[in-house]
Amino acid sequence: MTITPQGTPNRRNTELALLAFAVLLPVLAYANVGLAIDGSLPAGMLGYGLGMGALALVAHLVMRRWAPYADPLLLPLATLLNGLGVVMIWRLDKAGKLLAKNYPAAANQLMWSALGIAFFIVVMVFLKDHRVLQRYTYISMAVALVLLAAPAFFPSRDADFGAKIWIHLGPLSFQPGEFAKIILTVFFAGYLMVKRDALALASRRFMGLYLPRGRDLGPIIAIWLVSLLILIFENDLGSSFLFFGLFVVMLYVATERTSWIIFGLLMSVGGAVVVGSTASHVKTRIDAWLDPMAAFSGKGGSDQIGQSLMAMGSGGVTGSGLGQGRSWLIGFAAKSDFIIGSFGEELGLTGLMAIFMVYALIVQRGLRTAIAARDPFGKLFAVGLSSALALQVFVVAGGVTGLIPLTGMTMPFMAQGGSSVVANWALIAILLKISDSARRPGVEPAPASET
Amino acid sequence: MNKPIRRVSIFCLVLILALMVRTNWVQGVQADSLASNTHNDRNKYDRYAYPRGNIIVDGERVTSSDFVDGLRYKYKRSWVNGPLYAPVTGYSSQSFGSSQLESLEDGFLAGTDDRLFFRNTLDMLTGKEKQGGDVVTTINAKAQKAAFEGLGNKKGAVVALDPATGAILALVSTPSYDPGTFAGGGDADTKAWTDLNADANKPMLNRALRETYPPGSTFKLVTAAAAFENNVFQNIDDKTETPDPYTLPGTTTELKNESANEPCEGATLKVGMDFSCNTVYGKIGADLGRDKMREQAEKFGFNTTVDTPIRAVQSFYPKGSSPDGTALDAIGQHDTRATPLQMAMVASAIANNGSLMQPYLVAQERSANLTTISQHSAKQLGQAISPATAQKLQDMMVSVVQNGTGKNAQIPGTTVGGKTGTAQHGEGNNGLPFAWFVSYAKGADNKSVAVAVVVEDGSNNRDGISGGRLAAPIAKAVMQATLTK
Repeated sequence: MTITPQGTPNRRNTELALLAFAVLLPVLAYANVGLAIDGSLPAGMLGYGLGMGALALVAHLVMRRWAPYADPLLLPLATLLNGLGVVMIWRLDKAGKLLAKNYPAAANQLMWSALGIAFFIVVMVFLKDHRVLQRYTYISMAVALVLLAAPAFFPSRDADFGAKIWIHLGPLSFQPGEFAKIILTVFFAGYLMVKRDALALASRRFMGLYLPRGRDLGPIIAIWLVSLLILIFENDLGSSFLFFGLFVVMLYVATERTSWIIFGLLMSVGGAVVVGSTASHVKTRIDAWLDPMAAFSGKGGSDQIGQSLMAMGSGGVTGSGLGQGRSWLIGFAAKSDFIIGSFGEELGLTGLMAIFMVYALIVQRGLRTAIAARDPFGKLFAVGLSSALALQVFVVAGGVTGLIPLTGMTMPFMAQGGSSVVANWALIAILLKISDSARRPGVEPAPASET
Repeated sequence: MNKPIRRVSIFCLVLILALMVRTNWVQGVQADSLASNTHNDRNKYDRYAYPRGNIIVDGERVTSSDFVDGLRYKYKRSWVNGPLYAPVTGYSSQSFGSSQLESLEDGFLAGTDDRLFFRNTLDMLTGKEKQGGDVVTTINAKAQKAAFEGLGNKKGAVVALDPATGAILALVSTPSYDPGTFAGGGDADTKAWTDLNADANKPMLNRALRETYPPGSTFKLVTAAAAFENNVFQNIDDKTETPDPYTLPGTTTELKNESANEPCEGATLKVGMDFSCNTVYGKIGADLGRDKMREQAEKFGFNTTVDTPIRAVQSFYPKGSSPDGTALDAIGQHDTRATPLQMAMVASAIANNGSLMQPYLVAQERSANLTTISQHSAKQLGQAISPATAQKLQDMMVSVVQNGTGKNAQIPGTTVGGKTGTAQHGEGNNGLPFAWFVSYAKGADNKSVAVAVVVEDGSNNRDGISGGRLAAPIAKAVMQATLTK
């Protein structure tokens, strides 16, 4: 069940070296954009490099002190994605300036990144042991549901384009779904750790499948309904898919029963059919997915997927080069939801493969942490966080590349958006904490009992 | 729990792999079709993202690219002498697309042509800005200018050809337009474009290639050619048995000549040509019949499309005319219609001993560093008439200029042959006639040139219009400009 701790080297120096690379690469990308657009090195290059470097260095030093045995890859990978994202946003800001839509999104994003790393440090310092979170299982559920439901009670704005996933407070807007992702994972992990035996064993056989008892089945039905309600009331396909998928994955890991996967699939297909045939918003998205170019022939709908596909097609294998594409043609979402399309155009297939590899590595390190974790709560928590990230990347990038209908979530770390950046930095911090406790040589107390 | 975690890992891997496969599909397999999609505005912007290649006339560029540093368009096309060369260059507008050479040679001018791939790659590696290639035209600047100034503010067109090669030496259409006025995307450009399109004089119509006119008496050259080719007559001094007036076969309608004083009754072919006798050539055409006439017309290029590469519309010689209609067809009225290019081709085939060359406008395509990428080689379209017939027709055309209606085209010391035409048109022929002049000249060092001129509504009164008076001086100016150094 668990891996016996060995005298694991702490790998902090490896991390430092990787981090240096993860800071240098976006700085070079920044220089590249400046040279391509203005023909000179950007004025803020030094400041940007020093700022990113300082943030990364502080995060690293905090880890040396508070999570010395944590995985050495996660921090550099997240830093790299965050840095590249800021560069792309800055690059699109420059195009926006010419389009008379001057919006200093890059500066905001940089500020949010700093806040994200501050949040990261707070988690590092104050979350002594991730198992503490077990205590807040049901509070987490309540908080998550409040967060998820909240946007439905706030007036949406035109700029939200259908999906009600924001809370607007004056000039600030806040996307609670990103935080709900983590908080809900706490609830799932806590609940399932307690209930997993009951769910796995106390069941009746029916048509070759193990059906659990109603009282154990209750929560999954509840979550399923909640996810559908979110979908219907907030037009947020992405989140409902994410939370439902997350729950099925964690249930499967907790109970080790394949039948849950089948239930999950059946229920999501059923839900998708019902919603897909009733909600017009969803139907529009599916139509846009089936015929991305329809918007151009006056059939209405959004041209974003079509624009994104053409951006990627024009990028081809090697891309147009940073600063030399025209991904602003995708529209306002070029630096948020569709940032993958922007990268696809300017870095090409090659660049996107590398970016997907970075995400794959983060997910893989997270799941590796889950395997290494010594307590079931930590295992479930790490699996949940990692697969949530994987699902989110899949849903967003799949939508932008036309693999699946577009759902409108943010690309973790890269896309413009404060809530997303801060929440994902917190997610990485928690994964690192679990990894630290998993890899810490045997000074830990005996693993928590596996009831 | 590790076993399901491993399975979840595989699941996550599958998710990422699916993204990678999809991205490979989009950016690898579908990339070209997405990149060239008509809705992909990048192509529009790319066309003006770096200096476009130029169109060259006599070693001088007649186009250029202005750096305007817009977000969408970095450069804007401009023309050195827009109205003069518009029928050659066409336009290349950020908002309104492109036409003629700017459009047909777009890939080359924009530098996206595959033949420039190696050079572009080299430039990319050496960090040089991408540049389009140049298109070198066959236009003779002096001839072009002479034709443009000759037409002045009259409506009309001029085409001059080098009979030996088919090279187009002048291609003028008036009134003309300045493509520079709508090259950009601003409000002024939109207004210029709208105004030009609404203009009743159709300044953007390329009259030299895209408009057909009744060729009138100039078509008598084709009729004479058919007569010689079919051995109805052997000699230009052979007498015809033509009454004056001539009653159209099968009707009681009388075909008359311009004036009853002209010696058209029973005239020889040569005299008939000198005085442009409708009776003589109407009867020859009717006697030959519509099929033989059509065969001869088609040998000169009627009823076929010519790409110079700017496509010229087909000149038309009818298939199913009745005998009286054929008599009128034979004098370039009725259903016969010709472009100025077509009539220049007739003159050039006659001047070139019967051999009709493919008319062409692009001599060379060359890359930005002046390497020749393609070079036109003269191509024969066909043998329109035998050399013997050609000689006879030349003699007749020279006689027209010496003794007949074409005296205004005489150039001292140069052999000039020509044929006038005053083509009636309109409902009941009540429109102002078109003045035609079709001619060739042979100068020193075997240089020769064939010119067709058409002037629409050249004068306010009908009597003021004749090919000899209005069109011949223009043709003469073009020929002089071509033959003198």
